[in-house]
Amino acid sequence: MILSLYIINKAGGLVYQRDFNESLNRLSSNDYLILAGTFHSIHAITTRISPVGNSEGIELLEADGFKLHCFQTVTGIKFLLITDPAHPNTDAALRRIYRLYSDFVMKNPFYTPDMPIRAELFDQSLQRTIPSL
Amino acid sequence: MSKIISTIPGRLAANQTDTWSTGSGGRRRASILDRSLNRAQASEVNLSAFSFLFSEILQYTQNRVDGISDFEQRLNTLGFGIGVRVLELTMWREKGQPRRERRVLNVLYYIHSVVWKSLFGRPAHALEKSTDNEDEYMLIDNEPVASRFVSVPKELSQFNCNAFVAGIIEGVLHGCQCSARVTAHTVPVDGKPLRTIFLIKLSEEAVQREEQISK
Repeated sequence: MILSLYIINKAGGLVYQRDFNESLNRLSSNDYLILAGTFHSIHAITTRISPVGNSEGIELLEADGFKLHCFQTVTGIKFLLITDPAHPNTDAALRRIYRLYSDFVMKNPFYTPDMPIRAELFDQSLQRTIPSL
Repeated sequence: MSKIISTIPGRLAANQTDTWSTGSGGRRRASILDRSLNRAQASEVNLSAFSFLFSEILQYTQNRVDGISDFEQRLNTLGFGIGVRVLELTMWREKGQPRRERRVLNVLYYIHSVVWKSLFGRPAHALEKSTDNEDEYMLIDNEPVASRFVSVPKELSQFNCNAFVAGIIEGVLHGCQCSARVTAHTVPVDGKPLRTIFLIKLSEEAVQREEQISK
């Protein structure tokens, strides 16, 4: 089960946040921004402290109640997917979401890169796709 | 190295492909102008390439207009030039003897099937005549390619980027001596959120001409 999706731009700003489960507690919008910024910093630190060179940084954070998957694109955008611990095949799911992003966000003439995403078609396509992932 | 070029004028274009091409580093690539005009299958354009270009066109245009109607008018004008050319190209590609359509309905049907197929790879979904006005027709596309990835923000909710395609229709009609005003309207129905109606309003001259031909 996919719980929520965060998209963080290359500067660490939160550009998209959406929950896919009714039972989740909503945070204030400021808290979401802090959460995204914090993860961005942790990610940057993990690339530095890695004992092997050229580390891509943190990819998975596991907890009792959830798993947090991070997928960083070559352009530095991070997709964070929070799922329940048993969720299979999140790699494919993240790639699928990345594809929706490149279709409905990047090809949308009214979107300014690195700014919060407000695209109706992106919302709709996620709504349609997420339950099947 | 010399190469023999066919001396039959009709076959010149096809055979010249290799000799005219220019390429860097010894790699020879035929440009689009060297290809035969009849090769409709190989001339498909990648949807992403089109979408990114169209997106840039919209951004470029938006920065140079004031107001939504001006914005749509500019896109319409851009499409118009394409329409005139598309008509010529599709006529050229017609099998057998190309016919020049004169009757309004034939022209519209030509747009519905041949032009749409050449532009989008499939015919349009419907062609209807308005019941309210004699001079109005509606061409309906359930999945317009131009607005497939475009989410219009709330402050521009009146804007429809299919004005560009409407301009193409206008261009084709103009080339067939049936000048008209074409506008695009998104009218969603169940399961087809992007369904777009191109409203074609014929000009007075076109209506008069049609009456004269029918006599």
